[in-house]
Amino acid sequence: MNPVIKYFSEIVKGVGTLITGMKVTSGYFIRPKEIITQKYPENRDTLIMLERFKGEVVMPHDENNQHACTGCGICEINCPNGSIQILTAKITNAEGKSVRVIDKHIYHLSMCTMCGLCVKTCPSDAIVFAPTFEHAVFDRNKLTLQLNKPGSSIKKGVKE
Amino acid sequence: MKFLYDFSILTNSIHQMLAASLSPLWVFIIELVLVGLVFLGFYAILGLFLVYLERRVCAFIQNRLGPNRVGPQGIFQTIADLVKLLFKELFVVRKADKILFNLAPFIVIIASLMAIGAIPYAKGLHAIDLNIGVFYILAVTSLGVVGILLAGWSSNSKYSLLGAMRSGAQIISYELSVGLSLLAVIIFSGSMQLSTIVESQANGWWIFKGHIPAFFAFVIFLIAATAETNRGPFDLAEAESELTAGFHTEYTGIRFAFFFLAEYMNMFLAAALATTVFLGGWMPFHFFDFSGFNYVMDFIPPFVWFFGKTFVVIYIIMLFKWTFPRLRIDQLLTLEWKYLLPLNLLNIIVIAFIVLMGWHF
Repeated sequence: MNPVIKYFSEIVKGVGTLITGMKVTSGYFIRPKEIITQKYPENRDTLIMLERFKGEVVMPHDENNQHACTGCGICEINCPNGSIQILTAKITNAEGKSVRVIDKHIYHLSMCTMCGLCVKTCPSDAIVFAPTFEHAVFDRNKLTLQLNKPGSSIKKGVKE
Repeated sequence: MKFLYDFSILTNSIHQMLAASLSPLWVFIIELVLVGLVFLGFYAILGLFLVYLERRVCAFIQNRLGPNRVGPQGIFQTIADLVKLLFKELFVVRKADKILFNLAPFIVIIASLMAIGAIPYAKGLHAIDLNIGVFYILAVTSLGVVGILLAGWSSNSKYSLLGAMRSGAQIISYELSVGLSLLAVIIFSGSMQLSTIVESQANGWWIFKGHIPAFFAFVIFLIAATAETNRGPFDLAEAESELTAGFHTEYTGIRFAFFFLAEYMNMFLAAALATTVFLGGWMPFHFFDFSGFNYVMDFIPPFVWFFGKTFVVIYIIMLFKWTFPRLRIDQLLTLEWKYLLPLNLLNIIVIAFIVLMGWHF
């Protein structure tokens, strides 16, 4: 190609691409509705958390105060930094057999890195992530939580 | 030509009031102090406002909100920042050259403060109206690079020195383009006096009157002025990712604030110069012979026109920074010496020919 033509066509092309970029940024500038910043303390009531946000590990209970945790201890084994402690108890069930059930599912929120291995490996999907994030407390002991509610029992039909 | 708002009446009345009761020497001294105080206040307030504006504009471009907590819409954020900087320790590097280290911020800030006095803000509203106004502004703004070089040299830091050297190479090369693009309008208007240039645009701004070459000159001026003020995408002198902060790496507290303020005021100066020279300064927008429309436009005060146009140019310069990636030093010099300078020289010849044939309006 003729070097003179090449020189000028390069300039035109370059200016064209620069204008394309400036169009994009000006577009964002004149569309303030697309702003993603959340004004947090003011919009606390209307704050929409994303579904996959990992705030803390919780154990969902149904209306009969029943959960799906069998106390197998797989989450405790999988936890890389020991934030979960499973305390089991032996009870005699209706058929007269002695079975192992969960007594306390202790969860140390202060040590948890939200890696999600416990949730991923739970065979009965008893624990899930909740999108809560306001965990600041004045006493470290308040971050040690018991996930199964007192007096709760295991759902029927959950396999050991 | 008659103008609706003439500030020379106001300034003359102040002068006569002082002259009536005082000796000429005292009148001179008092007027110097008054003008100095007005410009210092103007400088500080505008500098702080520009920092706030930049943060808001860049936030909106990036889909954020920016500072919005201190005061309504966050307008007091930069004042809070300034108060914080005032209380910080003034740290001096152990092996730094103390005198030059302390002197450098003042040179940078004085260079930009001297230049804003020559800009006409409205009819009769400027500190000095030199008959070589454009030349004066170019000369004074180039003094700033001395301050930057001193800051880099005296800091005894490799980052500072590299940043200062880059800044020197950059400003010296881009000075050519700034000068030549302003020369375009000097050829059109036949004067270097800024007030004459503004008044020559009463029947139309040079960017419209001067056909396409004037628009080229305007674009080249914008690019070169952005480079000369060390702003992105030409902020090689600072280059956060490579040189931490470039020439002001070792500066703290109010000395750092001086550099910061001077950078923003240089941006304002570039925008104000572009406005004055290409966009008609404080002249209202007139549309051919629609006398009703023109009459309404005349009622808007000239400093509203001036600052309106200036802030449009400032927005464009900010848009440059938040859109384009930073250039490498060789790309920077290639852009100047291989593209802007030859095109600018060609442009000057075309403009000289247009003026010779009398084709402009």
